[in-house]
Amino acid sequence: MSVVYKKSKMLTNVPLNYCPGCTHGIVHKLVAETLEEINAEGNVIGIAPVGCAVFAYDFFNCDMQQVAHGRAPACATGIKRCNPDKIVFAYQGDGDIASIGTAEIVHAAARGENFTVVFINNAIYGMTGGQMAPTTLVGQKTTTSPFGRGKMQGNPIKLTEMLATLDGPSYLARVSVSDPANVRKAKKAIKKAFENQVNGKGFSMVEVLSTCPTNWHMTPVQALDFVKNEMTKVFPLGVYKDC
Amino acid sequence: MSTIYIDKELCKGCAVCVSFCPLKLINMSDHDVNASGYAIAEMNSDSCTACAICAMMCPDSAITVVKEDKK
Ligand SMILES: Cc1ncc(C[n+]2csc(CCOP(=O)(O)OP(=O)(O)O)c2C)c(N)n1
Ligand code: SF4
Ligand code: SF4
Ligand code: SF4
Repeated sequence: MSVVYKKSKMLTNVPLNYCPGCTHGIVHKLVAETLEEINAEGNVIGIAPVGCAVFAYDFFNCDMQQVAHGRAPACATGIKRCNPDKIVFAYQGDGDIASIGTAEIVHAAARGENFTVVFINNAIYGMTGGQMAPTTLVGQKTTTSPFGRGKMQGNPIKLTEMLATLDGPSYLARVSVSDPANVRKAKKAIKKAFENQVNGKGFSMVEVLSTCPTNWHMTPVQALDFVKNEMTKVFPLGVYKDC
Repeated sequence: MSTIYIDKELCKGCAVCVSFCPLKLINMSDHDVNASGYAIAEMNSDSCTACAICAMMCPDSAITVVKEDKK
């Protein structure tokens, strides 16, 4: 008998505190497996955001720093510049990265800082109970867009496309974890974003289309279908920059 | 025999594995709950191919997959 799949050793034994079926858990695994595969154990510093992933410092088996809302790219800049030999990554939600922290991510990308960003786009503020996010789809109902996102709330922000207009970033991709084939692709993109850092190529970000079954009021499986059938129409998957 | 082991206390009963197993070998228990009160997923077959799709999709890393070595 041989073990072909088990929980990554770059995750701790602490059970994740995400809701049942929340894909934050899938993305945690992909990051952890990548860190294992690039032999980064003992040499990684992660940044936990404000949002549902605030407790990521308990889940990743590496040094972690939890930061103020949206400030992960600023903190990652400092940590990486002081510790250029460490692998540094920021893990951020859409509210964190594309709302309160827009300035930090844009300028870190523009400077081409040599760290990796994992951006979880679940189109909602999960932690605070389902308010509209910058990435909420037009027509999507949230507690602050109860009739569906409309004219009053404006249009979704496509952060990956925005950052792709800058000269600074090395690698920008949007992936999804809606099904096994896309999880495999997401893993490849995340791995590339970390390998780029190892090779000193500069700023890399992977946006992962993710679910929030609780605040979308869907079952976990329905939520995965929503990512596949609805979110990808507004947020097309693909590599937006690779140089 | 290849099979999967589901860590009962890590499982949150989300049914994602049930939905994605290509052979539909996993089901949600109708009687067993864990300490957190979640009805858990159960393996109910000996025809697992160790494809690991269920484990890859499990958000809580509750599934370990073992493959029978070729004779
Ligand atoms: C300075 C500040 N403003 C507002 C909040 C409230 N707050 C906590 S989490 C959050 C948004 C979380 O949404 P997102 O980043 O999309 O992450 P998710 O919870 O969906 O994973 C907000 C606004 C805060 N904690 N700090
Ligand atoms: S509120 Fe949403 S994003 Fe947060 S853990 Fe629950 S399902 Fe996941
Ligand atoms: S390893 Fe494959 S065949 Fe076996 S239970 Fe999981 S998904 Fe089904
Ligand atoms: S995917 Fe994981 S957490 Fe969800 S029911 Fe299956 S074993 Fe349990």
